[in-house]
Amino acid sequence: MLDTNTFIASTRQKFGPSILNVEVKSETRATLSIEPKVLLNISNFLYSYLNFRFIIASAMHTRRGFEIYYHFSNDPAGLVLNLHVVLPEDKPEIESLANTFDGANWIEREMHELFGITFLNHPEPEPLLSEGNWALGVYPYRKDGKELKKE
Amino acid sequence: MSNTKIIPVGPYHPLQEEPELFKLYCEGEIVKDIKWETGYNHRGIEKLAESKTFDQVFFLVERICGICSTSHPFAFANAMEEIAGVDIPNRAKYIRSIIGELERIHSHLLWVGLAGHFLGYNTVFMWAWKYREPILDLFEMITGNRNSYAMFKVGGVRRDIPMALIPEVRKAMDGFKPKLDLLIGAVMDDPVIHARTKGVGVLTHQDIIQFAAVGPTARASGVDIDVRRDDPYAAYDMVDWKVIVTGEGDVFAKAYVRLLEMVESVSIIEQCLDGLEKEPEGDTEVKVKNIPEGMGTGRAEAPRGEVFHFVVTDGGYGPVRHKIRAPSYVNIATFKKSCIGQTISDATISLAAVDPCYCCTERMAVAVDQRTGNMLYSGEDLLKLSHMKTEEIRKKQ
Amino acid sequence: MAFKDFIFRKSLWLFHFGGASCNNCDIEILDCLTPRYDVERFGMLLVGSIRHADVLLVNGSINHKDKERLLELYRQAPKPILVVAIGACGCTGGIFAGGYPFAGPVDQIIPVDAYIPGCPPKPEAILSGIVQLIEKKKTEKAHA
Repeated sequence: MLDTNTFIASTRQKFGPSILNVEVKSETRATLSIEPKVLLNISNFLYSYLNFRFIIASAMHTRRGFEIYYHFSNDPAGLVLNLHVVLPEDKPEIESLANTFDGANWIEREMHELFGITFLNHPEPEPLLSEGNWALGVYPYRKDGKELKKE
Repeated sequence: MSNTKIIPVGPYHPLQEEPELFKLYCEGEIVKDIKWETGYNHRGIEKLAESKTFDQVFFLVERICGICSTSHPFAFANAMEEIAGVDIPNRAKYIRSIIGELERIHSHLLWVGLAGHFLGYNTVFMWAWKYREPILDLFEMITGNRNSYAMFKVGGVRRDIPMALIPEVRKAMDGFKPKLDLLIGAVMDDPVIHARTKGVGVLTHQDIIQFAAVGPTARASGVDIDVRRDDPYAAYDMVDWKVIVTGEGDVFAKAYVRLLEMVESVSIIEQCLDGLEKEPEGDTEVKVKNIPEGMGTGRAEAPRGEVFHFVVTDGGYGPVRHKIRAPSYVNIATFKKSCIGQTISDATISLAAVDPCYCCTERMAVAVDQRTGNMLYSGEDLLKLSHMKTEEIRKKQ
Repeated sequence: MAFKDFIFRKSLWLFHFGGASCNNCDIEILDCLTPRYDVERFGMLLVGSIRHADVLLVNGSINHKDKERLLELYRQAPKPILVVAIGACGCTGGIFAGGYPFAGPVDQIIPVDAYIPGCPPKPEAILSGIVQLIEKKKTEKAHA
């Protein structure tokens, strides 16, 4: 059976220079920090060749900008692999994964409404939750300057 | 598009206990397209969690969903223990698994009942919910509440199951087993249920992979995943059980998986009780003083599938970011594959087959369609249609 | 006794509105229908349209999207109608009261006749609440 290190090694071999940092926390938890521009290729590689399942993506607003963790799972190995990207605060844009697998469709729409991150080439860029609840252009999960300073 | 009719299901629908609006675009009896409208249940829980302390978050995540009200604390506890790097005592592990499995039984019974109701077969609804009551009584006895059990904390459980209570739990399980066999027999051998569910709402293996669906929905389509086995937590690697997988992917397969999972759950509970008897009473937690800075991922297998919690901490008293992914979030999206091309009366059961839990999905009417020319059915008309189809099938057999 | 009061004396028909709730109260309301509690022995029936209902049961915290729907429902309801707020969230907003989509507890949106607290209230509590409401209506009219 394939284990965490093999997965990371094969991903590294293919996308070496674009992987900024590798953190292996335990046998079943690992995080790869990558450049935003290779996200589509890496996730396609994980999904199509290494049979990873997309779990969800978590966005965060921090002092570095907008950080997104894309969580992937390899079920036979029990591994959760996170792809970590950092987007600039003034122009948070990233390629959409929803064309690769439908599982990413809703979460990207949700992140757009909650954080104001733009997903390029999203197949169905309609509001999911906000309609009737809060106005367009209001992003309730963004933090203001005071909250960010605390961290 | 001139003869396309829009049939709204919901948001306040007598069949669905939760608010949700599905719009079925139909030509004649056939569903051509489907859209759903959400936001009726958005509460902003992830944002609320950032304003609470770790202990308070347990009570908050428990109220994401009332049916799987242990799965979310379960996953959150797993995430926190990963950050804090603690290993909980065996007794706490067994108790956690017992609560988790009891919840699976009550949730699956609830689904079987509602599925019967969606088919217009209310006998199943009444019987399944009748059998569910003793399980809720058991919960009340162990935890003090019928739902929302507040059993979990970082490092263990809040309440012990005293030795004196173990025979009571065993007695309840013994009482439940013949009823479960009866229910399985009644559902599996019923020609009407066969006719209404076999070949209906089929999801293929590829659909499941594409939509990243989890839980019984995935296992009914031959995707062999179960977090309890793949990434073991609590006592699941200390007991002997098997994952139920079947390949047809239709509504009947989903019922089959859920019904047989209940048998496995009963067996897990009994083994956990055996384990509980060997552990010293009262050894239910390790004290966790500080939560260090870090991030943790917690997973737990809820009755509907994998619950995923991602927690980021900064060494303070509460989470900085808490992302929650409930199983229905990915499972509901599969309606795009399962409903299109079905008749209207089959579409409702296909929607219900993934055991949709909108509360989980959104955390985050009397639908009167104002556009003219659209014909509207009410929920009662749908139930009537469903009754009519069942009658037709009865006559044929 | 006026005719309007007479209709509240027996066989109340209920309509259930679930707001942004955690589902527990919804499930316990449904539980009232099932064999152990069997609400139909009081002639109570859960109906599919507000236009047939005598009582509106509201549970869950109300977000902005629900608020519009709740007002719309209240407008459509045949008057007089009794409104019952169920659960901690229905009564006060509960644990979700601090959230950004929260639009106020039920009684700030429509008039409420009875509150049934609890998280979630047991089916017995729900039944007893509704029975007490009927009793109250009876005595109110007797004094008036």
